[in-house]
Amino acid sequence: MSADVVLSPAAKIDDSVFLEEVRRQMLQFAVQQLGDSSLAEDVVQDALVGALRNQKSFKGRAALRSWMFAILKNKIVDSIRRKSRISAHEEQIMRDEIDRAGPFDNRGHWRPDSQPQHWAQPDETLMGADFWRVFAICLDHLPPRQSRVFMMREVLELETDEICLALEVTAANLHVLLHRARLELRACLQKCWFAEGAR
Amino acid sequence: MLNCDRATFLISQAQDQPLSRAERYRLALHLSICKACRGFQTQMPFLRRAARAFAKADVDPQAPDSGESK
Repeated sequence: MSADVVLSPAAKIDDSVFLEEVRRQMLQFAVQQLGDSSLAEDVVQDALVGALRNQKSFKGRAALRSWMFAILKNKIVDSIRRKSRISAHEEQIMRDEIDRAGPFDNRGHWRPDSQPQHWAQPDETLMGADFWRVFAICLDHLPPRQSRVFMMREVLELETDEICLALEVTAANLHVLLHRARLELRACLQKCWFAEGAR
Repeated sequence: MLNCDRATFLISQAQDQPLSRAERYRLALHLSICKACRGFQTQMPFLRRAARAFAKADVDPQAPDSGESK
């Protein structure tokens, strides 16, 4: 589907290049979150139609973008509630992921090559297109369930009890998954962005 | 004494809910002697800021390189 479908002649947000770009960003985000590209297409299309229908309630493109992501967030949470209950089988896979060797040795101490190093200037001035590409790749490399809970918590900014409810996992399990996700994402960013010679 | 696995677990959990007094005490003790875990702790707020900005980032992460990176 293209953005043309939702671009009525009366639309004030009539810049199809801008709309297409927002649509692509939303789609990528939705695919990562839902793990199902046709479902993601539907959700993004719904969010876009909703945003354009209500476009009088915001001013400017930045507002439009956050507005669309807010709609998208609700739609994703709905879809997850409807379709993505974690089964006993998935729960087992999740446990196996958790048991995988992490950055620690068998005494629970950092392996020498896994230790957090100093990150030079880790602030938003670094966050150009190159950084976001690395960030997206690192998110993508997380095991699916870790990626999902991390996105729900840190990108969609859901509270932990909401996530537990949506995915039907215990709080204890959620904390373990978030811990693993943060460890892996941190390690990936260090290796692919902050390490000397990474860029 | 906490090991680093357990210490980073508490640092991670503190991003999501307040730690108990005992947990805070044990974590502080560990951090006082562990530079790597202090590093982990300082990087957590950055990870959160980056994740939140990611949703609203004004770029397409999959766009092809328009030139060599800086």
